[in-house]
Amino acid sequence: MEKAEYNYDIVRSFVNWSILWGLVAVLVGVLIAFQLVNPDLNFAPFLTYGRLRPLHTNAGIFGWGIGTFFALFYYMVQRLCRRPLWSDGLAKFQLWFFNATIIAAAVTLLLGYNSSKEYHELEWPVDIMVVILWVIFSVNITMTIVKRKEEPMYISLWYMLATLVGVAVLYLVNAAAVPVSLFKSYSAFAGTNDANVQWWFGHNAVAMVLTTPPLAVFYYFLPKSTGVPIYSHRLSIIAFWSLIFMYLWTGAHHLLWTPVPDWIQTLAMAFSVMLIAPSWGSVFNGYLSMKGQWHQMRDNYLVKFLILGITFYGLQTLQGPSQAVRSFSAFIHYSEWVPGHVHMGAMGWVSLVLFAAIYYLVPKIYDRKLYSIGLANLHFWLVLIGQLINSLSMWVAGLQQASMWHSLNPDGSLTYTFMETLAEIYPYWFVRALSGIIYLAGVVVFIYNLYMTVRRGKEVPVAAAQTT
Amino acid sequence: MIWEKNPVLLLVLATCAILVGTIITMVLPFAWVNTEADSIASVKPYTPLELEGRDVYIREGCNNCHTQTVRPLVADVLRYGDYSKSGEFVYDRPFLWGSRRTGPDLARLGGKYPDEWHYKHMQDPAGFVPGSNMPAYAFLSGKTVDPEYTRKKMAALNFPYTEDQITGLAGKTEMDAIIAYMQKLGSDIPWREAVAAEIVGELVNPYAGVDHATMEAWEHLYKENCAACHGEHFEGGIGPELDGASLEENDLFEIIYNGVPENGMPPYSSLGADKVWKIVNFVKYYNIGEDHQ
Repeated sequence: MEKAEYNYDIVRSFVNWSILWGLVAVLVGVLIAFQLVNPDLNFAPFLTYGRLRPLHTNAGIFGWGIGTFFALFYYMVQRLCRRPLWSDGLAKFQLWFFNATIIAAAVTLLLGYNSSKEYHELEWPVDIMVVILWVIFSVNITMTIVKRKEEPMYISLWYMLATLVGVAVLYLVNAAAVPVSLFKSYSAFAGTNDANVQWWFGHNAVAMVLTTPPLAVFYYFLPKSTGVPIYSHRLSIIAFWSLIFMYLWTGAHHLLWTPVPDWIQTLAMAFSVMLIAPSWGSVFNGYLSMKGQWHQMRDNYLVKFLILGITFYGLQTLQGPSQAVRSFSAFIHYSEWVPGHVHMGAMGWVSLVLFAAIYYLVPKIYDRKLYSIGLANLHFWLVLIGQLINSLSMWVAGLQQASMWHSLNPDGSLTYTFMETLAEIYPYWFVRALSGIIYLAGVVVFIYNLYMTVRRGKEVPVAAAQTT
Repeated sequence: MIWEKNPVLLLVLATCAILVGTIITMVLPFAWVNTEADSIASVKPYTPLELEGRDVYIREGCNNCHTQTVRPLVADVLRYGDYSKSGEFVYDRPFLWGSRRTGPDLARLGGKYPDEWHYKHMQDPAGFVPGSNMPAYAFLSGKTVDPEYTRKKMAALNFPYTEDQITGLAGKTEMDAIIAYMQKLGSDIPWREAVAAEIVGELVNPYAGVDHATMEAWEHLYKENCAACHGEHFEGGIGPELDGASLEENDLFEIIYNGVPENGMPPYSSLGADKVWKIVNFVKYYNIGEDHQ
């Protein structure tokens, strides 16, 4: 297959832009982490915690996450289908429209136009932009797959197709609203129903944006990096179907002990625990694919990112179900523990896998050798340490906070006032903000390494660059 | 397998797989939730001013730090009030239950503090409540509500309103609105009467005759819980000046423990009898012989 046929331009552009949005996400994250330590860092009305926090999550999930998935899906779909993209023009328009959407999202969120729904804050006009974006993307990917030249579809393609339909269903239902003006709408659902719909969306955004796409990436880039195929095809099949079947039952574990009917909470709790099986199906498949290859953890920096990534996925999918159990949720919910959990997934699992894929990709799409493996290793350790400090500080903070919230005197009264519990959390918040700076430093090293690769990296002959 | 070679079939099967859990846990509940079964007659829609306040709450992203649902757990109910019922939220579009308690839960905030407390607090929370990390929202006082826009919102939500309510919005600030909203929160059901702590048995001051040095260690309790309204040195402010001599120990205990809701004094029973007695002694005896420094 001649390389000239593949559209790598679009892959390059999406990589560049998504990294920029990723940098924004981390920068805003550091700022809001310091705002919690010192409220004087809020600059009303535009730069307060309440407006910046949705910007942080949206830039991270949709700018960095989805943006990189656009790049990697377009790369993988061409290689796995042995044919160029169905439509280059549509992909180009999608790139332009993606950036327009992210900018519109950032501006409107800072102006305070938001729906209040977590991970779905964008007001209805920007929602429509997101829908258009997703339809364009879905059509291009699906048509490329339909017209493929390689008959069997590799595991990654299953996850990609599930992602397309999953996001579409979730986003459309949760976006239902009655507009009052260009900048304001009211949810189509009320109260307890609205909560249930929102967390059906919220938790499955975790499934369809932060689980199935990185799994598609992992299943493709792990064998590519190690040179050894995935351990078990059958296990991949079981893990795939059970994962996408079970996830959709679990949203209400975000609503344990709320007025949502008990039976929905119980189903959510049960399915959350069952989800350990398909999640660990992929983890085992990854680990067992390393049989006889564990020396590559030392020799191959890509493997290091990928295996640590899947390890954090494994930890995430054990910690998550534990939080979904009523008794533990009663203790830990609403505390700092939860941001610790989320950041292990975002900074550990998803981002480590994406970093590896981009490291693998950039030399190929630019015909260059990576500028510095030493810097890639430095990047690895900075983001790993930054993430671990972030999560650990929040877990300990959450345990202390929850213990104080629930602590009772012998006469049955509360031991601590809310302000007494808050005062204890400041040191942890400070440590967490510092961990963000360490992580940020890692991201800067990453960007510098890529920039130098493109600028000054050794050219590799075209033929050699595409052999793997 | 056949689906591995047929993308359309895979798409159809994947859609079916995700729809099973979706239909059972997300679509079906509409048959029971927000129906006659969980409705509460005393729950009323928002007034135009309250609705504007709710929209300010959403705009400023207050839900990123504050929850609005009290769980049926001992500590939650003691700290915040009666646990939340489904029927209380039928007019909430969107719901605002939140997911993090960086700040306290607000589901039962309505009627807890007098309006004046909120005006001062929103102006400069960190200055008003020592140790708070809440941003200042002073700028809300400088922005007025647009009555005609509010009318459109009320119509979109199908909430009843009178012309007087709309004309009455003229000149109201966003600060007025958000405070009106906060004062409604959780007060549609008469929960305060239901959960008011009863004092059982005879009241005996366990710290009778305590010396001044011991009381000094209790000053933080006064500062954290009372000073915002009664002043750093008992001089008063939102609440009355505190003259230790004017009330008996037991009366003072009952006022602090149960509050005087009609006068804006919140109950502090959740502090526990021991801390309330410390505050009683501090308020009644600490300033005797001092020159109110």
